[in-house]
Amino acid sequence: MSLLSIAALDLALGGHLVLENVHLTLERGEIVTIVGPNGSGKTTLLKSIIGALAPQRGYIDKSPGMVIGYVPQRLHLDATLPMTVSRLMRLPRRRPRHEIETALDRAGVTQQASSQISDLSGGQFQRVLLARALLSSPDLLILDEATQGLDQQGMADFYRQIERVRHELGCAVLMVSHELHVVMRASDRVVCLNRSICCAGTPERVAASPEYRAMFGLDDEDALALYRHHHSRPSLEMSP
Amino acid sequence: MIFDDFLVRATLAGVGVALAAAPLGCLVVWRRMAFFGDATAHAAILGVALALLLSTSIFAGVLVVSLLMATIVSLLSGKGYAMDTLLGVMAHSSLALGLVAVSFVSGVRIDLMAYLFGDILAVGKADLAVIWGGAALVMALMGWRWSRLLTATLNADLAHASGIDPQREQLILTLSLAIVVAVALKVVGVLLIAALLIIPAATARTFSRTPEAMVVAAALVGMTAAVGGLQTAYWFDTPTGPTIVSLAAALFALAGVIANARRLLWRVMASRAGRRDASGRA
Ligand SMILES: Nc1ncnc2c1ncn2[C@@H]1O[C@H](COP(=O)(O)OP(=O)(O)O)[C@@H](O)[C@H]1O
Ligand SMILES: [Mg+2]
Repeated sequence: MSLLSIAALDLALGGHLVLENVHLTLERGEIVTIVGPNGSGKTTLLKSIIGALAPQRGYIDKSPGMVIGYVPQRLHLDATLPMTVSRLMRLPRRRPRHEIETALDRAGVTQQASSQISDLSGGQFQRVLLARALLSSPDLLILDEATQGLDQQGMADFYRQIERVRHELGCAVLMVSHELHVVMRASDRVVCLNRSICCAGTPERVAASPEYRAMFGLDDEDALALYRHHHSRPSLEMSP
Repeated sequence: MIFDDFLVRATLAGVGVALAAAPLGCLVVWRRMAFFGDATAHAAILGVALALLLSTSIFAGVLVVSLLMATIVSLLSGKGYAMDTLLGVMAHSSLALGLVAVSFVSGVRIDLMAYLFGDILAVGKADLAVIWGGAALVMALMGWRWSRLLTATLNADLAHASGIDPQREQLILTLSLAIVVAVALKVVGVLLIAALLIIPAATARTFSRTPEAMVVAAALVGMTAAVGGLQTAYWFDTPTGPTIVSLAAALFALAGVIANARRLLWRVMASRAGRRDASGRA
């Protein structure tokens, strides 16, 4: 049985159908990336998977006992709420110190355990949220534009970390990203979402598909060049 | 019996309310629900009027009306009105309606001040039992749901992903708020209940690094204000509820001054160190 299967999903927000007839299955241990223009329903889809939004039609089947780790697209911490990293890691459940240290280490923020959240940089906060999501030993890790606001170096590091986490925990990863070229490199499967799923498959197939190119306004050369660039010459990925 | 002394009863009443108000007040501040607390409290006067008209217990009347108020506001929010407008309308119309309703009850005109500003010195043994019963209930609720409440406060989606229903936590918060309003009515009155929730929490923020530390600090500030305010009011013969809130406000101002002084000191020290570094290199 698949880890997660979504079928015929319709979801309306404020009277508008944001997701229409979405089908998606996820297997254990695979990294799947959702791409799509702004407002195409990516965040909505992830929120329906964690149970924050209820669909109008269709079903979301989770394998029994599946644990989800979720890193939201934006997390605004109210200035009136004092919070340290180590306290955040113990929300909502207490965890032994060594587990917290392992999770922070996996996410690459070992030094920040006693910092105040408001003193962290955007990238550090994202990593802390990743560490928190990892604490529950998730079967499925959901990341909504987790690299937003990171520089090229930070982004590349972040995806490498995700890859490592997947190997260590064996969890599936479902993420949303705008960084098409990095996405292509990091995922097993890419899904293009624009209200419905317009194409899906291996990164190579999606990059070559007319739907994908139409969606992002790329011509053939752009799309393939972007993809090949990062596959054939990974050492150059940091160059602008 | 020590409970025979009215000043002892008043002190215990103030401390009980301050303890219950601390965790709730922090949550209200973190969730930006200050107006919501205010509206719930203002509706209490309508509860007083209904209780007097139906000759039921004031506590029950206030509890029911405050809950009703909170529910109506929750239902109406997101229906096209901005939350602060909605709360402004609801808070003051229920206060006005309550005052009109109270005027129909004969013989309570003299007591009105007690409901608006509290009458802590008149707390009897039965009142004390109600206050501590309500306060204990709220503290138990907060203790039981604390992690979940805090997670839902942090982010609704994170809560969902952890199997927590933020809506249910909101409901528990609303219920606790209504209980605290009903309990604090006698101590500070409807007009100042929200102050007792918010000022200690806001004062505590300056000195806290974790949510729990802030709750403890808020409880200390609240208790200091209650006990100190009571004594001050006794010596200077001022109205007790407003004196308690004034003392809380003074503590808030003091905390602000100390925090700013500390920040300034840091900056001066840092710039001195910077200059020393620069001259050392030169
Ligand atoms: N609470 C809401 N009420 C009404 N419409 C919403 C709400 N949240 C999102 N939307 C709409 O749903 C669409 C999809 O949003 P979203 O899933 O956030 O897109 P994406 O994450 O792909 O950028 C957008 O058109 C957005 O305006
Ligand atoms: Mg989004």
